[in-house]
Amino acid sequence: MTVLAARNLSKSFGGVQAVRGVSLSVASGELLALIGPNGAGKTTCFNLLNGQLAPDAGEIEFEGRSLRGLAPREIWRLGVGRTFQVTATFGSMTVRENVQMALLSHHRQLSSLFARAAQRHVAAADALLERVGMREQAGRPCAVLAYGDLKRVELAVALANQPRLLLMDEPTAGMAPGERGELMQLAADLARGSGIAVLFTEHDMDVVFAHADRIVVLSDGELIAQGSPQEVRANAAVRAVYLGSHA
Amino acid sequence: MTYSSILIQFLNGLASASSLFLVAAGLSLIFGVTRIVNFAHGSLYMLGMYVAVWLGERIGFWWSVPIAALAVGAFGALVESALLRRLYAAPELLQLLATFALVLVVKDFALWAWGPEDILGPRAPGFTGAVTIAGLQFPEYDLFLIGFGPLVLGALWLLLTRTRWGTLVRAATQDREMASALGVNQKWLFTGVFALGAFLAGLGGALQIPREPATLLIDLSVVSDAFVVVVVGGLGSIGGAFVAAFLIAEIKAFCIGLGLSQFTLVVEFVVMAVVLVIRPWGLFGRMPALARGAGAVEPPLVAPSPAALKALAALLAALALVPVVSGGYTLVLLTDILVFALFAVSLHFIMGPAGLHSFGHAAYFGLGAYGAGLLLLRAGAPMELALLLGPLAGGLGALVFGWFCVRLSGVYLAMLTLAFAQIAWSVVFQWDAFTGGSNGLVGIWPASWLASKAAYYYITLLTCAGGIALLWRMLYAPFGYALRAARDSPLRADAIGLDVRALQWAAFTLAGLAAGMAGALYAFSKGSISPESLSVPRSVDGLVMVLLGGIQTLTGPLWGAALFTWMQDAVARGIDYWRAVIGAVILVLVLAFPQGLTGFLRQRFAP
Ligand SMILES: Nc1ncnc2c1ncn2[C@@H]1O[C@H](COP(=O)(O)OP(=O)(O)OP(=O)(O)O)[C@@H](O)[C@H]1O
Ligand SMILES: [Mg+2]
Repeated sequence: MTVLAARNLSKSFGGVQAVRGVSLSVASGELLALIGPNGAGKTTCFNLLNGQLAPDAGEIEFEGRSLRGLAPREIWRLGVGRTFQVTATFGSMTVRENVQMALLSHHRQLSSLFARAAQRHVAAADALLERVGMREQAGRPCAVLAYGDLKRVELAVALANQPRLLLMDEPTAGMAPGERGELMQLAADLARGSGIAVLFTEHDMDVVFAHADRIVVLSDGELIAQGSPQEVRANAAVRAVYLGSHA
Repeated sequence: MTYSSILIQFLNGLASASSLFLVAAGLSLIFGVTRIVNFAHGSLYMLGMYVAVWLGERIGFWWSVPIAALAVGAFGALVESALLRRLYAAPELLQLLATFALVLVVKDFALWAWGPEDILGPRAPGFTGAVTIAGLQFPEYDLFLIGFGPLVLGALWLLLTRTRWGTLVRAATQDREMASALGVNQKWLFTGVFALGAFLAGLGGALQIPREPATLLIDLSVVSDAFVVVVVGGLGSIGGAFVAAFLIAEIKAFCIGLGLSQFTLVVEFVVMAVVLVIRPWGLFGRMPALARGAGAVEPPLVAPSPAALKALAALLAALALVPVVSGGYTLVLLTDILVFALFAVSLHFIMGPAGLHSFGHAAYFGLGAYGAGLLLLRAGAPMELALLLGPLAGGLGALVFGWFCVRLSGVYLAMLTLAFAQIAWSVVFQWDAFTGGSNGLVGIWPASWLASKAAYYYITLLTCAGGIALLWRMLYAPFGYALRAARDSPLRADAIGLDVRALQWAAFTLAGLAAGMAGALYAFSKGSISPESLSVPRSVDGLVMVLLGGIQTLTGPLWGAALFTWMQDAVARGIDYWRAVIGAVILVLVLAFPQGLTGFLRQRFAP
């Protein structure tokens, strides 16, 4: 079942055409990798998909419903979780509180003026942290975490509202090679186990080829190839534009 | 209104626009390069006026203008190199506060040097007459001013585009790191720009003296006008400042010309509101780069320890016992301290956890005070009801102003809150028939059962302790967590379903309500209120209390309020120029303890 369908997305910043006519779709249970050299427009695509930017042209549908004009918070409520390339967490809160925050929002308890926030959803938050391997650090302030750990916290936060689509922008940046595999394995388990559609970007090609079901390649804002890892690996245009520049 | 009088009003507006443009352009230039919003810019303008008046009597008007402007420019260079240079890396809030301390010092300096009375300036030789335009008289000097504004715009443009120095200024405005990579001597560039900005402000003031007397009240009214201009035109844009100065000055001229001067502020407010809604960064402004954080990241909020709760309970008990052992003066001082503690805690509520740096919080304090006073005197409400409902005026004001404020952040927010406070102040100050104008309202006494000092002290203690407890409780609630989340990372907050603006708006309103409560209590404790209760200096008192105690701590505002209120009480009675003393104290504190007292103590004595 198609969870996300984007058609002909375009976005430019002043003179820079960051995304040009990109179409892509992700099915439930599928891991789709969005790859491309630096500046190819991957993050911009993510920003369009979760409503942080409005596309100049194009349509986005989530579970058959148009996302046009919706704010990120509204798109999140529909069931789209996201992690950021440059991690965005609440620095003045502990790891657990970061997750609790998402849970409080999910349960629509934000306007509660007198309850004790720290005592809400503790077990649920710890369960999420357990999944991403951050249970031991639940009580530490987010501000002191290593970068790779912040990425894990972001993942736990993104999972808090049981999303059906997960957008992960470079989820393994800042991690040791071994950890990368583990984290992507976790994402793959999530996708297959709970039928979450996962769209991720990644610069580590080993990770991409090991875990992605399908790959979409962007270059200069344009989609130049898509298909299974084998097809993409064999694609001449991809080799020229992307792998060529790295090999 | 005839066509010719419309023309005259239009020309009047143009003449005023010139001075306004000079001030706003200087403010914009300084901000562009140093990233400091200079609250003392109106004070530089005021200095320009006084120095020009003083010199004018000795060397004649035309010599006095450039010399006054140069003197103010030199003063600016001194301020930059002695003070601001040390603060470029400090949190934004402290920079703003430091420039505000300058306002206090400069004001008292002018008071000391030239006295409290307004001083009329000389006329400009060669431009003393009037010309007839469309059958009406129009001062020649105003024609000169009309020509002068565009002349300065042209000169600035040439300076910025045709000289090496100007290229450096533009480079630094666009990208500081790049400029330093180019080997720009930043020190001299910053000093130079500040001096130029100060020079422009001084020039604007000096040129104004044939039209207006020099007065001590001009500093805040000019700087808040300049803020409006800059918010409308876009911070950092000289062209924007020119267009916006024109717009604002014309609005003023026409309101006055139509005999509707009391609506000037309202119209100005509406224009600014419309611009902000359509273009939040001003007509010609660009979205500012992400604001710098407020210093070190705050540690997580931990539930108060049993020991801390016991200490607070003991403090409360001790306060409850004071009337038994002491009377009169102590009770009056403690009542003041309690009122300002609630005020400071309400300000901290939005400044700390919500990250909204308000420079106009006294507006809501004052609205609450006037709300209570007016209910009692004009609506004949019983005192208890007035005390209960008065604060709603503060809440309502915060609801309206807050809607705009939460659309901005950082220095824009600070400028807007100050401009709103100045507007509220002006309305109260000018509306003689209803608010009593500059004299304020008298005869706001508590009901007879609260008339004794002890009884009023108890009701104050009860209300303020209750209000503070409620505000603190909210910070531990999901609402308070959501506020901190929105402050820490608006991006992440939005991405997990938090409606950042709605949350901040609610917080702003709640804080306004609490400040209004403090104001209402204050009104009945004094028996009278004056516009001073919502003036900008009162707002800054609140800021000082919060920063003195340390913005990153919950109890900080309490200690800050106590210390500051006591200090003000002690100093104000002993010294004539106590504002300057307070300003000097702020400067010393800002330079010595950039994290506030509690922050300093915590760092110093942390295990
Ligand atoms: N807010 C913005 N304003 C102006 N230009 C932007 C903005 N965001 C992105 N761009 C430009 O759009 C292009 C695509 O950027 P984007 O961040 O989407 O690339 P990316 O594929 O995510 O790169 P990376 O692998 O480095 O993360 C780049 O040229 C970038 O400079
Ligand atoms: Mg990217």
